[in-house]
Amino acid sequence: MIPSLPRPAWLRAANTIYIVAFLIFLFLPLLTVAAFAFNDAPYPAPPWHGFTLDWFFGDEASGRVGLFHDSELLDSILTSALVATWVTGLSVLVGTTNAFLMERARFPGRQALSVMMLVPLVIPGVILGISILAFASRLADFADTAFGLELEFLRPGLPLVVVGQFSYIAAIATLTISARLKRFDHTLEEAAFNLGASRTAVLWHITLPYLRPAMIGSAVIAFLMSFENFNTTLMLVGADTPLTILMYGRMRDGATPVLNAVSLFLMVASAALALSLMRRGRRSNP
Amino acid sequence: MTASEPNWQRRLLLALLLAPALLWLLLLIVLPHVDLALVSFRERVAPREYVTSLAQYQTFFTEPLYWQIFVRTAVVSAIATAITLLIAFPVAWTIAKIAKGRRAALLFLVCLIPFWVSETVRTLGWMILLRESGVLPSFLVKLGLVSAPPELLYHDATILVGLVYTSLLFMVVPLVNSLESLDNALIEAAYDLGAGGLTVLRTIVIPHAAPGITAGCIVVFMLTLGNYLTPNLLGGTSSQWFTEQIYNQFITRFNWEQGAAFGFLLLALSTTMVWVGLKASGQRFADVMQRS
Repeated sequence: MIPSLPRPAWLRAANTIYIVAFLIFLFLPLLTVAAFAFNDAPYPAPPWHGFTLDWFFGDEASGRVGLFHDSELLDSILTSALVATWVTGLSVLVGTTNAFLMERARFPGRQALSVMMLVPLVIPGVILGISILAFASRLADFADTAFGLELEFLRPGLPLVVVGQFSYIAAIATLTISARLKRFDHTLEEAAFNLGASRTAVLWHITLPYLRPAMIGSAVIAFLMSFENFNTTLMLVGADTPLTILMYGRMRDGATPVLNAVSLFLMVASAALALSLMRRGRRSNP
Repeated sequence: MTASEPNWQRRLLLALLLAPALLWLLLLIVLPHVDLALVSFRERVAPREYVTSLAQYQTFFTEPLYWQIFVRTAVVSAIATAITLLIAFPVAWTIAKIAKGRRAALLFLVCLIPFWVSETVRTLGWMILLRESGVLPSFLVKLGLVSAPPELLYHDATILVGLVYTSLLFMVVPLVNSLESLDNALIEAAYDLGAGGLTVLRTIVIPHAAPGITAGCIVVFMLTLGNYLTPNLLGGTSSQWFTEQIYNQFITRFNWEQGAAFGFLLLALSTTMVWVGLKASGQRFADVMQRS
């Protein structure tokens, strides 16, 4: 019941207890991961053996390879960042052109196309992965038999991972940027046109600056979604492993606390990104 | 677009804007799925020799293991969706109706933060908490509740915990959005007319929040059905999740024909449930997607 109506004391207490329990449930796994990054033991398990930074700074000599000396982990972070950069760039670009297409242009089939743009969001990631894998292989085989071309980028590997993640992250960028363009006040553009501005000048000085918060917002979301993607990546990955795939492999084989260390690094990084995004959002929409 | 521009310029602009959208949707969504369908309808009779057949789908229906895993995945996903709704609703209600101003915003923010962290990290947390040598079992021993640490991983309940945990955000956000637009005066009026809490919930709150509930349930069910990481790591070899079957056929056994058929069956199930959810609540696809 709402506060304006009489609420018995037990109901209010129950509500508070429920929320506290919920927050514990929410944060317990994350706090556990963070805590065991500092445990002085070879496995991320109790009991507590004391505090150590070995899982960050340890090297071969100390017998514990920490995050900053684990070249396999560091490489995979770079791989993920590379993939995420590509996916972000492509998604924001296509998201922006799509926003203009859907909000400004009039053409037959526009309604159908706008529904089509949402479809990637309801296809399970695993299926996006296998369909792109199968289609790319068919194209590669065709190029091979018909022209004797070996198109390496169509075989499992980073280009396919980028394409696979882009296929649905572009839909999210489109939604975010379109939503902002829809609320745009047309009189601003008209005023600029009346003052003699060219189409490019209006786009550059009026419309795009207005869209910037949505573009930055969708860029952050695209980067994080790409960095954290697992399902689609799993199907398309080749020799270079992104971080989530490497972590998954190590978690199955029995992990050392170095995974906790890298997880803590991810938590801090994504929390910082999220908070800075929210701050920015509050400033631009007072 | 202003009318003063010559026709050719407008057409060129339209073509330039249409190109990325069409390339994206045709090359990455439509054609790959058409191709996947074609692959699923063929059968290898000799090396590099294929005939059109329904053999892959026949295997699915005649091999009990496969359709049992399929049904199991659907049922567990439905249960996970229902539990997620039950857990998320009071939280959403508190954010939308009980907490005020900054506290509500803060609570909402705190609920969102864990989901900015990768699913891999969250699953790692549950593994450290639940495995035999983990935190909760040793805590239970310390409390004297059990004599030996129990293995809490690799049960169906573990998979459910992981799936519900991963899905909460996608339920809380649409619920909060739909509850915030509910006018408190309606609840007060119902209360003044003598309605109890349950009556208010049934006749006012749930009908009003139905779009949010549907949106949340559709998204959660779909994500759960297509999840691989959580069932695989928390359920171990006993997880029996359908996406694992797809992975096994495609990547491990290199039997793309069978894997493609499995993929289509999963897609069909997912699409049917989305459709049923929309029909049942009388909503349009585009509205629901924009809401979530």
